[in-house]
Amino acid sequence: MTEACQQGPGASLAHDSGLKHATGEAVYIDDIPLPRGALHLATGGADAPCGQIRTIELDAVRNAPGVIDVFCARDLPGHNDVSPLGRGDEPLLAEEAIRFDGEAVFAVVATSHRAARAAAALARIDVTPTEPVLSVDGALDQERFISEEKIMERGDWQQAMSSAPHNASGTLYCGGQDHFYLEGQISLAIPQEDGDMWVYCSTQHPSEIQQHLAKVLGKPAHAVTVEVRRMGGGFGGKESQACQWAALAAVGAQRNNRAVKCRLDRDDDMRLTGKRHDFRFDWQVGHDDTGRILAVDAKLASRCGCALDLSDPVNDRAMFHVDNAYFFPAVHIRSQRCFTNTVSNTAFRGFGGPQGMLASERMIEAVARATGLDPLTVRKHNFYSGPERNLTPYHMPVEDFILDELVSELETSSDYWKRREQIRCANAGNPLLLRGLALTPVKFGISFTATWFNQAGALLHIYRDGSIHLNHGGTEMGQGLFIKVAQVVADALAVPRQQVKISATRTDKVPNTSATAASSGSDLNAMAALNAANTLKRRLCAFAAQHFAIDPQEIRFSDARVYAGQNTLTFADLVELAYLARVQLSATGFYRTPKIHYNHKAAKGRPFYYFAYGAAVSEVAVDTLTGESRVLAVDILHDAGRSLNPAIDLGQVEGGFIQGMGWLTNEELWWDDAGHLKTHAPSTYKIPTCSDRPLNMNIRLWPRGENREPTIHRSKAVGEPPLMLAISVHQALSDALSSISRYTRVPPLNAPATPEALLCAIQNERNQESKGAGDQQA
Amino acid sequence: MATARSEFRCLLGSEIICLASFDPHQTLLDFLRLEKGLTGTKEGCAEGDCGACTVLLGRLENSKIHYQPVNACIVPLGIIDSTQVLTVEHLADPEPHPVQQAMAQAHGSQCGFCTPGIVMSLAGLHYDCDAGHANPDHQTLSDTLAGNLCRCTGYGSIMSAAGTACVQPLPGQSRSLRSIAHRVLDEWDQDDTFLNMSGPLGSFAIPTDLETLWQTQRTYPDAQLIAGATDVGLWINKHHQRFESIINLSHVAELKRIEHTQNTLKIGATATVAQGLEQMTDLAPDLGPLLRRFGSAQVRAQATFGGNIANGSPIGDLAPVLIALGATLHLVSPDHQRSIALEDFFVDYGKQDLAPGEIVHTISIPDDAFTQLQCWKISKRFDQDISAVCGAFCLHVTGGTIISARVAFGGMASTPQRARHCEEALVGQNADCTSLEPAAAALKHDFAPITDMRASASYRTDVARGLLERCLRTLGGDPLELLYPVSKAPGLSAHD
Repeated sequence: MTEACQQGPGASLAHDSGLKHATGEAVYIDDIPLPRGALHLATGGADAPCGQIRTIELDAVRNAPGVIDVFCARDLPGHNDVSPLGRGDEPLLAEEAIRFDGEAVFAVVATSHRAARAAAALARIDVTPTEPVLSVDGALDQERFISEEKIMERGDWQQAMSSAPHNASGTLYCGGQDHFYLEGQISLAIPQEDGDMWVYCSTQHPSEIQQHLAKVLGKPAHAVTVEVRRMGGGFGGKESQACQWAALAAVGAQRNNRAVKCRLDRDDDMRLTGKRHDFRFDWQVGHDDTGRILAVDAKLASRCGCALDLSDPVNDRAMFHVDNAYFFPAVHIRSQRCFTNTVSNTAFRGFGGPQGMLASERMIEAVARATGLDPLTVRKHNFYSGPERNLTPYHMPVEDFILDELVSELETSSDYWKRREQIRCANAGNPLLLRGLALTPVKFGISFTATWFNQAGALLHIYRDGSIHLNHGGTEMGQGLFIKVAQVVADALAVPRQQVKISATRTDKVPNTSATAASSGSDLNAMAALNAANTLKRRLCAFAAQHFAIDPQEIRFSDARVYAGQNTLTFADLVELAYLARVQLSATGFYRTPKIHYNHKAAKGRPFYYFAYGAAVSEVAVDTLTGESRVLAVDILHDAGRSLNPAIDLGQVEGGFIQGMGWLTNEELWWDDAGHLKTHAPSTYKIPTCSDRPLNMNIRLWPRGENREPTIHRSKAVGEPPLMLAISVHQALSDALSSISRYTRVPPLNAPATPEALLCAIQNERNQESKGAGDQQA
Repeated sequence: MATARSEFRCLLGSEIICLASFDPHQTLLDFLRLEKGLTGTKEGCAEGDCGACTVLLGRLENSKIHYQPVNACIVPLGIIDSTQVLTVEHLADPEPHPVQQAMAQAHGSQCGFCTPGIVMSLAGLHYDCDAGHANPDHQTLSDTLAGNLCRCTGYGSIMSAAGTACVQPLPGQSRSLRSIAHRVLDEWDQDDTFLNMSGPLGSFAIPTDLETLWQTQRTYPDAQLIAGATDVGLWINKHHQRFESIINLSHVAELKRIEHTQNTLKIGATATVAQGLEQMTDLAPDLGPLLRRFGSAQVRAQATFGGNIANGSPIGDLAPVLIALGATLHLVSPDHQRSIALEDFFVDYGKQDLAPGEIVHTISIPDDAFTQLQCWKISKRFDQDISAVCGAFCLHVTGGTIISARVAFGGMASTPQRARHCEEALVGQNADCTSLEPAAAALKHDFAPITDMRASASYRTDVARGLLERCLRTLGGDPLELLYPVSKAPGLSAHD
């Protein structure tokens, strides 16, 4: 293989910053040397989830050591809002009303991070409390919603439900999730000449930060430049949530004409920024004796928190994934978006999809228990298939379905049926440790459901020595986007990867970018970069053809060389010749996803360009004395299309799975009755550690993977879909507990399945059993 | 007797650092990042729970340099006096360390923010492997990394990098850093001085014997005492607490020892949990697994037995076990000493039977109790979590009958407590599950636990019963299946 091939699409190159991460050379925003006189900002709020601000006493804050400046809402120079969709309900600093515990009311700027935080704690904010709404159930009772409910339906579902031979129904709660990116929210704002502002911000969405900061500062967008080289993790938590802190830093910098850094302490980060939405599902499913689903009626209600943020698209995506991989002949999905006096929830890897999918797998489980069939049999029986059975609840036909093939391969490679039999036997003896097994599929729609976000830009320069500077609108949060795009560009120009310089994302290089989100990073940005590279290649070809007086067809780029008829020269030599001939060696590239459209009112259309697929088998054990559980083995087969970088993609699959497993098992957000989040640090909020990783973990990419659509090198997006493979863990835990009823009932197991939730469900199942036995005796 | 030294000193890599004064509240992490510009070490949580700030501390022990990972975010700078600190930058100079290379090659980082901490934990293991000429097993890797959270990778690639790196020989740079430490720390050890720094921002003292401690306390009567500072570090970072002076007890010779003599195990108050783990694991089958789950390697390197008891946590995993073992606490002050049963020390939430001027000196345990000990910790996450419930049982059984019983729980009340009703119900009964129901019924009278973010009252009650059942089943000889089977002490398996 040639060098270029080994480094191009499909090559497992290491993350471009891998060694720099390991040596500590990789620079994060907190590592940037500060300009002279730089200051630090912290915020303070009231100790109440809901009420009207009566008084704000800040004298003690002003007089604290090191304090330079203190400001409130009334002191802000421009708009007091950073709501991502322009709702106007996310003030930087609260004006009159407090809507969640700890909401920022003032900012303090001091000579050190510690001085600012210590000073902020000295404020006295008096609030006239009002009765808070603290849960989804509370909001449903009081009919408090943050936006209008939505309905998605197809077919005469009521008729289908009532005529179905069997009906099952239930309620499932699933908890939220903190992103717990290891690098917390951080921004550094540095005043420039003309009153401009340069902002280093750990964000997935620099363009949105730029737009908002301009409004907050009362400046045109061109006065604000936002730069991000890398984030220490994002996971959706730095899409809209970075903005408030960037804006406060910028205001502080403008007021004091000094650089201001705002870095949230971990506890503040967890209290004051949004999380994954928790949901309540009320579902009913009609089915026949063979386990075929005939009708589905699902009601989704989520905790949106105190502001809209991205809750509409998140809840939309939950609705889009209630079908997961299954054809529902008649279906009704209703989504309610609840207002609560808790921090406004936001994007998190999967963006509502995981929650919707959890409900769909619970319905499958219910059909399996009712019919006595194995859940896997029911799953396969309800898969999308030919033209008769391929329409989603939003009327988009599923045309690229591969799960029948993929699942059947995984079924064999994981030895599912043999293990199923062994586990049934082991559980029959009523052991202390129950075992469970589940294979669940994932079908995840790829594209932003807000169609206009599906665009991207790139900027490529070739310098006279042949080295290439690459820039695009995507941001690097660890997912390996930069190396993938660089591989694509290096391949397009047939140069070694190292010849392509990866550079920080900056709003003055590529404007009006979309968030790096929705798994779309490489689909969009690599395509834009490829378009830029192709433009340059065309120019170079045209020049070479003219220069050597040959047909452009005779020119070939390969191995950092250019073969032009009889002439062979290095890429760098051709570039130098082109420069001397005054050929433009800089180009922009642009890409917009084709085919997609969606009518939100009618809930019809093609919101997704394509689907990403995968499936996982998880085996678990549960201790019936304590409710503790452990994931013993996991087999995953995941479709990344024709992978741009299999090593990076495998990393996404494993990391996504473990993160999803954390969401469904140990990670519990817990508020007290007064609305204080009590799990706001790693001491109380438990993400998976090394020993939670299943002992036996076997992950493969689908070897026949290839995107049917002409995406970048026929690859598929891989950021979010693997997270949902972890639903197999929750299903396996439920399977273990179902053995108590000899697999006749779905245990009332919610998520997260903490030891407590598991023990509670075990006791419920045992009580049901002994009640049943008692009834029989009577 | 040691003489006072007013200047702080340490080795930062191979550089000798001397400070005439420093802010006693300053953390090692702030010192590295803000004063020395060593920004490779990251702050992830500032409470010692994520491991992003892990650095290695090299200490001289038995004439050898022993490296342990610590969380720089909660280590007050003064604590590291006369030790060597190694950061990710030191490992990379001049060539990346085998761990650093392996992490990059095995795709062991994604966002990279936790990576320096992970590299340091593994570099510590790499030093240990070199000392033992061996490679680490899965359990050892898990224990090594339990204190390092990674949100991106899922850990597989990190484990694989660790496996690759740990069989590589120690690079020249690591050897040279160790030999510099050996030379300098040994020299410092010989000069027989102790730090007694007093500066404009407060004072920091590290007395090396009890007599000096009393003297120092007379100079700074309101001094905050620390040993590992794994809790006090949080008060500084999270509650913005300030102290005029800090006295570090961890070098007071009389308080450091673990001795096993005359049927008694004596644990000095400032013996670290890591030392306990090393010396106590084999005394009871459940003890090693419990101690291994105490905090993380970083926390165990700092946290002390005395500190865990003296700060009176209602949960602290050591207390229920020590109570069940029948431990006695020895307290001293300049003019007095006394001994009390450990269970009597915990008076109420946040209130201990500790007179002004008194400190915890030693914990003594009758060693025959160990053969009877069963103990388990229940938490949301298996590793590095605080217990919802910790149960410890010492049942003395003769001829299938329970002769005496000591049962203690953490997480069930405002202090770690004995379950006296349960104990009574067990005595004279069969040592098997036939005794479960009456004992479990009695247990309900012992405790009225609370509901909080770790667990509800009803779960705590149920799980306490579950642990009692586990204990009786074990005594009754039922085959006991555990999710995490009790393995041998983790260690370094020899090369094949």
